[in-house]
Formats: sequence, C-alpha cells, structure tokens
Amino acid sequence: MHRNLELIRNETIKVWKKKRFAVIVLILLVLVPVFVYAQMKIAQNSASKFTDWRSELRQRITDNTNALSSDRIPEEWKKWRVALVQQLQYYLDHDVNPNTPNAVRFTNTFLQNAVGLFIPLMVLAVASDIVSSERSGGTIKMLLTRPVRRWRILASKLVTLTLYVSLIIVATAAVSYLVSGLVFGYGGWREPVFVGFRLQGSNMDTSSVHAVPQGVFMLMQLGLVWFSAMTVAVIAFMVSVLVRSTAASLVTMMAAVISGSILANMASSWHSAKYLFNVNLDLSVYLQGSPPPIEGMTLGFSLIVLAVWALAAIGVSFAVFTRQDILA
Amino acid sequence: MGMTTKNETDAGLATGSQVETAQPPHAAKAPDPLMAPGQPRHSGETVLSVEHLSKTIRGRRIIDDISFDVRAGEVYGFLGPNGSGKTTTIRMLVDLIKPTSGRVLVCGEDVSKHPERALRHVGSIVENPEMYGYLTGWENLDLFARMQDGIGEERIAEVARIVRMDERIHDKIKTYSLGMRQRLGIAQALLGSPKLLILDEPTNGLDPKGIKELRAFIRELAGQGMSVFVSSHLLSEIQLLCDRVAIIDGGRIIATGNVHELIAQAEAYTLWLFEDAEAGLALLSQDARVAITTDRDLASIDEAVLSALPGAIATRIRQEDVAGVVASCAEAGVGVLAVQRVVPTLETLFLALTGGDPYAS
Repeated sequence: MHRNLELIRNETIKVWKKKRFAVIVLILLVLVPVFVYAQMKIAQNSASKFTDWRSELRQRITDNTNALSSDRIPEEWKKWRVALVQQLQYYLDHDVNPNTPNAVRFTNTFLQNAVGLFIPLMVLAVASDIVSSERSGGTIKMLLTRPVRRWRILASKLVTLTLYVSLIIVATAAVSYLVSGLVFGYGGWREPVFVGFRLQGSNMDTSSVHAVPQGVFMLMQLGLVWFSAMTVAVIAFMVSVLVRSTAASLVTMMAAVISGSILANMASSWHSAKYLFNVNLDLSVYLQGSPPPIEGMTLGFSLIVLAVWALAAIGVSFAVFTRQDILA
Repeated sequence: MGMTTKNETDAGLATGSQVETAQPPHAAKAPDPLMAPGQPRHSGETVLSVEHLSKTIRGRRIIDDISFDVRAGEVYGFLGPNGSGKTTTIRMLVDLIKPTSGRVLVCGEDVSKHPERALRHVGSIVENPEMYGYLTGWENLDLFARMQDGIGEERIAEVARIVRMDERIHDKIKTYSLGMRQRLGIAQALLGSPKLLILDEPTNGLDPKGIKELRAFIRELAGQGMSVFVSSHLLSEIQLLCDRVAIIDGGRIIATGNVHELIAQAEAYTLWLFEDAEAGLALLSQDARVAITTDRDLASIDEAVLSALPGAIATRIRQEDVAGVVASCAEAGVGVLAVQRVVPTLETLFLALTGGDPYAS
C-alpha cells in the first residue's frame, strides 16, 4: 500500500511539473471572463427591453410557440422547442424566475455548455500523454525496469488521472463561480430549479417535477460532468497506451469527441449511434429535461453506455500494457 | 600539536562522514559507498544466468537460443555488430521484452515471472539514459528512488557524488550535456545498490576522456564486487574493459569465453622487414621453422600494423625460434630491419568467428 502511494505521488509530480494543470487553469482564467462578459451583455440587453422578467418569459414563450407552427423547422427542433415552451410555462405558472443573474446560475449554465466539448478537451490535455509521453520520451525504459510490476505502474497512472480529472472539474466550477461572481454577485445557492421534466411524445409530463436549490443542482451536475469526463479520460488513457506518439493520441481523441458533438447535433434517425460513447457525453440534458440527441436515450442508458466503454477501455489498457514488448 | 592530530583522526574514524566532507568529494573513498555491506566479492556466484533465450517477432527469429552466465564481480562483454540482437537481448534481461522461450535468472529469480524480485538486483541503462527533462537531476533520482524500498535522500546524494554530478544535481535535465545525462543514468542505475549493472553501449556519445573515466569507473565497481554487463560494437572497448565476453551475430552467440583466451585462440603472426625483401623471402622460405603466410591470412592482421611496416613478410613461427632465424639471416648477410610479433585483435578474431569475408568489402 505504501509503495502504491509512492507511485501515485510520482505520477502526480510528473503531471504537475509538466505544468499541464497550470495551463488548464490559465485557459479557464482567460476564457471564463469572456463568457461572463457575453452573459453580462445579454442580461443588460433584456433589462433594457423588459421591465419585468415575467413579460420577458411570456415573450419567449410566444416566440417559440410561433416558431412551432412554421413548416420549415425540422421535427427534432420542434420537439426541443415544445419542451422549452412547456418548461418556461411551468416556471411562469409557479412564479419562479429561471434566469436570475447570479454566479451559481452562471456556473450551472457554463457547466451545461462545457460538458460536451470544453471539459473533455481539457481532460485530454492530461490524459492523452500520461502513458504515451513515457514512450515517446524513452523514460518508459527506466520506469519499467524498476522492481515494480507493470500493472501497478499503470494503476498509479490511472489513479493520478482520476485525481486530475476531478481537480479540473472542481477548478472549472470554482473559476467560473469566482469570476462571474464579480459581475453577478455570489448569491443564488438557494434559488429553486425545477427538475424531473419528462418528455412523452410531444407533451411534457410534469407530474414528477420538483424544485431543488441551485446549489444542489450544481452538485448533481458536477457528478454527471465528472462521470462523462472520466469516460473520456479513460478512453484517452487507452489510446495513450496503444499509440506511441502523444500527438497521434491527442488528435485521435479530439476527433472522437468533436465528431460526437456533431453527431448529436444531427439528431439522427440513425438509432444505433446511441451506443457510441461520444454522443452520450452530454449528460446534463437529462437534468434539464431537454430531449436527448437520439430518441430512446435516457440518463440510465447513457450512464450504462459510458460505463461499458470506460470499463472496456480500462481492460484493454491493462491487458496491452502488462504484456506489450517495449521494442523501441 | 600531536595531540590535536590524534584527536582529529579519532573523531574521523568514529563518524566517518566528517572526514569525507573535509575532502574533495571524489577523493573520499574510505567507507565503500557503492556497495551495501555483505555483498560477494569475486565469489564466483552466478548473478545473471541466461538460459536458451529466444525471441520471435512476426515470424522472424531475432534471438536464437542464447545462453551465458555472468558471475559476481566480473565485467562481462556483449559484443556484436549493430543489428545483431544486442539491444533486444538486453531488453529481455530487464523485462522490457518477454522472451518467446528460455529464461533469464537474476540471483536465481526469473525476470519474466517475478520482475519485482529479480529487478531489485539490477541497475540498467538501456540505450540512451532518457530521463524526465522537465525535472531536475535530483527530482529524477528521487522519483526512481521511491519505486524501491530503502533508498533515502542520503543514498541519492551518495550516488550523485559517486558519478560526480553533485554540483549540477539541482539543475533541470534538459540543460545537461550528453555526458552528464550518461552519468546521471549511471547514478540512477546505482541507486538500489544492484548486484548487476547493465550498460548498453555506454561509451556512445562520450569524448575520449569521458570514455577513459567510464572505463576506470566500471573497473572500480567490479572491484567492489558488482557484476557489470557491457554491450558494445567496439571490439577495442570490450578488449580493454572485460574479463569475459559473449560474441553475438545474427541473434546467435558465436563464442563465449575469457577475452584473453579467445585472443590466444587466434594465431599470432610475426612480421619481417628486410633490407633486401627478395633475399629475405628466399631465406625464410627455405627455413623449416618458418611458415610464410598466404595473402588470405594476411587479411586478418590489423591494417594499421601492416601499414606501419610496408613490404613486411608475414610468417607463422614459434616465438622461441625467432632468435635463431634472425641469427641465420645475419649469417647469410641479409640485413633484418624489423621483426614484429602481431597479436590478433578481437576484430580479427571476430572476422574469423563470423566467417566474414574481408575480400567482400
């Protein structure tokens, strides 16, 4: 056990000293203010148009309902709008403002938008070279000629990766909360959010809808974001074991993640695509009650698909790493 | 005055370390820092045993039934041209490559089955000493020290001092020269006080001074009971450094044995240079004690030696007969300018063993 902790410490030091995490925090510190500024502009804009959030909400409901009657809008988009309209109506009926500007709201919205692409890309910065860099740098020869079994070394890398993925997600939420708070104020933890919307055909089932405080909503969201980020990380980990070059492993994974978000947007009638890991990454849609990218996908379904992919990736990583010949 | 000296000496003996720090670091040799106590010295114990090792990659037999033993305290050479399978073999010795058949035992432990036990006794540099360039030398050593039991900061400082890297140890590796990286690589290999040190082409990229230092250093390690396994494609290197050698070509061991005995196997030649070459040749041909060598034999003599004696006649002759032949030359009035006995180099031996045809090139 003691030896395992030392190995994990080694791996953590390596990632840290490579300044990977520092770069990620730097990216966040540059990008989050940009989003905060954009959000601030939106808030100012609607404040100048509407005196009251209720009238703004009514306007949005009317706009979206009108759009529904148009024939030019594809069926999938209509479904999405139906869901949105009914959700907004629910908020209006219960006299809850879904768009109060505050740091917690901003962070939640940011996480929702980051889960599909932004967070996976940051995770790849660590995951893609955690094994391949040892091979391209030749240091794997020193690493594997020490009296430690190979699976222990790989396991220490996997634990380290888990630590950094968690750290990245916490850092994303923290930076987003702290920066947006400067503009929107740090409150909003107790404001209610409605969860449990269920889409049944073209109708929204609101029977199981209930309010949770935004703080709790954020925790739920962080959990889902962590799960999807870990899946990406573990698959990247496998690619990093299989591919010698860090660049190749990074590009492969970026292509996979990006093509997933493209596929999800095509909202395809290709149903078997739902078994791909990359269309299942956006777990926050289930929390919001928006329709999933492909019909028939549910939170449970996506969690299982991601878990199967992740476990398979871990299995392949260990099977290959413990047996492969280090030829060059 | 005398009292003070005695006190200092006593204090030094008692604490040891105080005396060391008072001297220049590399001069401190008193408490043997390289080896843990109780290690064997030239005991003849087998440290590394390679048994019928073979490796087939994609249907090609790269290593074919290799066997040899390395004993405690000897410097063992592993000689072969590039591409002969040296590095593949070394990678199998340290569990980087799994053998297709056969096994490698280090201190009786199978490297492939129990690497965590066998590799405890091994320090190695496979090809280049690649370390983490974004870390300092010390951080690198610290990293590898943590992978093994019982290596503390003192040991890290000690190995850094042994390879004389203590001044630059806190600089980043990427600022090191190749020679310094090589030294740090050796420090890394020595960390766990191994019984077997494996060095793959250690003189690559070193300047002549560095090579000389390394040679002395390896000798010193062996003198303290460590077995050193050195691969090289340079025959002179092995000749200068090793006690025994295994010669590999095309994935097969073509000879193993004592370096000097192997050399003795190859015939020695005697070169004759006369004032009058024709008269000399006529005289030698008549002499029963002398056998004139053919052109083909001549090819296995070091070219550098031949070119130093242009026009020399190569012969085979027993050493004790040389004086008599010289005397008879003098009697016949044929002036002898030079007689030189040529010991074959490992290179000529290698050519003979591999059946390489010097006329081909």
